[in-house]
Amino acid sequence: MTAVPTRLVRDREPRPQRFRELTGQIGWGIFTWVVGIAFFLPVLWMLITAFKPESAAETWPPRFTFSPTLAEFRLVFSGWGPYVTHSLIATIGSTVLVLVLGVPAAYALSVHPVKHWRDGLFFFISTKMLPIVAAIGPLYVIALKLHLLDSIWLLIILYTAMNLPLAIWMIRSFMLEVPKELLEAARLDGAGRIREITGVILPVVSPGLVSTALICVIFAWNELFLALNLTTVNAATMPMYLISSVPQEGLYIAHLSAAATVASVPVIAVGWIAQRSLVRGLSMGAIK
Amino acid sequence: MLLPALIYVVIVTQVPFVVTLWYSFQNYFFDVPAPAHFTGFSNYTQAFTNAAFRGSLLRSVEMTVIAVIVSMLLGVAFAVLLDRKFFGRSIVRTLIITPFLVMPAAAALVWAGPMLDPNFGLLNWLLEPFGVNHVAWLSTHALGAVIVVMIWQWTPFMTLIVLAGLQSQPADTLEAAKVDGAGALATFGELTIPHLRPYIELGILLGSIYLVNVFDQVRLMTNGGPGTSTTNLPFYLYQQVNFAFDVGGAAAAGVITAILTIIVATFALRMFARVFQFEEAGI
Repeated sequence: MTAVPTRLVRDREPRPQRFRELTGQIGWGIFTWVVGIAFFLPVLWMLITAFKPESAAETWPPRFTFSPTLAEFRLVFSGWGPYVTHSLIATIGSTVLVLVLGVPAAYALSVHPVKHWRDGLFFFISTKMLPIVAAIGPLYVIALKLHLLDSIWLLIILYTAMNLPLAIWMIRSFMLEVPKELLEAARLDGAGRIREITGVILPVVSPGLVSTALICVIFAWNELFLALNLTTVNAATMPMYLISSVPQEGLYIAHLSAAATVASVPVIAVGWIAQRSLVRGLSMGAIK
Repeated sequence: MLLPALIYVVIVTQVPFVVTLWYSFQNYFFDVPAPAHFTGFSNYTQAFTNAAFRGSLLRSVEMTVIAVIVSMLLGVAFAVLLDRKFFGRSIVRTLIITPFLVMPAAAALVWAGPMLDPNFGLLNWLLEPFGVNHVAWLSTHALGAVIVVMIWQWTPFMTLIVLAGLQSQPADTLEAAKVDGAGALATFGELTIPHLRPYIELGILLGSIYLVNVFDQVRLMTNGGPGTSTTNLPFYLYQQVNFAFDVGGAAAAGVITAILTIIVATFALRMFARVFQFEEAGI
């Protein structure tokens, strides 16, 4: 704490000032509400437009009263089948693989740190800084030669590599919080490394693993660059379904809004429920 | 225990860069049946003399710097607003974090159509009372529009990180300053900002890592245009591979990008090490 010069403690504030403070507080509250709603407006507009009939979506002035319809959603649900399947496989597959690889690695970097654990930790994060876009051409050629082009396996492999560094940092931060006494007690009981992980550490860090998984799910579900470059039909994901919902001609705004809503809602719901883990995950465990 | 993850990451993230290095010295086009052959540094001389590549590099820097700075300023402002107690605070916080959760491709398309369309877009309607008349934002202010969407999506991220910083500030310090008669502004400048510094650095660092790779908004809002006015590096490389089929050229551009990134990243990593010391300190 920095030294603050001490002055005389002020007397109780006079009444008018307290009243002003109260109205000020209410004023700031209202202002924050306005800012929040304004910031949320594009999402709200997407939701509203999704329930419009196509003819009411492209009008001037924009229409706020209309008879809501589920027609566009029905259209989305009849066309998204393969895309959502691919997205689910790529997202869940890569997240599971991230946890399988990430838990032992985080263990080796925290509970019983290996030699040069600091270098290891920074190697992982440095791979996040090297932009994957720089290697997209050769990546395409490699995928072509390995017959992985337009395959869901390719996306699982790449999304795992994309999220693994983040996950290792995050899981490590949770493992550092496991009480030393617990580990000590397990050791006295003669538990080996494996027993230590499965019996002591995993039960303690499992909420942390859930929030790690959430972050991985968000990034994998939303990813477009790799999917667009390396897949066409057999592994096309939800973001690509969105692109396909914009036709060359004709009215499409309501349909697009419904598709965008359906594609975004899973992640929005997950993020709303897990707001606390979100902060920790996005800061890679730095902020508790 | 460490090895599986280490080997995995090395193979999947480092090998492509080695191959990139290899192809950067090769003449190789997808659409030409002739096999790749060694061409020395010609891909590099081409990349360096290529105005489109240099332009896209600079545009990436410009977009990232503006988006990171503005979203951080907004993030600090939002965090300060949300740090006060008021009715429905958690609802407003939820509203504010939502743009970050919207799929970037969805955000780009919703902004491009329902929000910014010159004929029926909501923004033109909202701005009509201020004398704005059916502006075609994506042709007249393309770069600005793309950056606005980047800022819209990343301000919540900054807000969350700064808010965590504000809430970790010990209440008694603030109380002491108040008792000592320090004004709200002075307290903020002299106590809060120094306390927030590592949080702000962390936000800028992580935000830059993601924003420099922005692709979805460019591809789906402006397709790099009009002309090349919104073509950033990821979009340029995407075009090189998908439309010019120029693997060698894209590889050389990729190697140059990687080298520049490594230079920036060495500084960033040092910053990381410093910022993350407050993790060890147990904040």
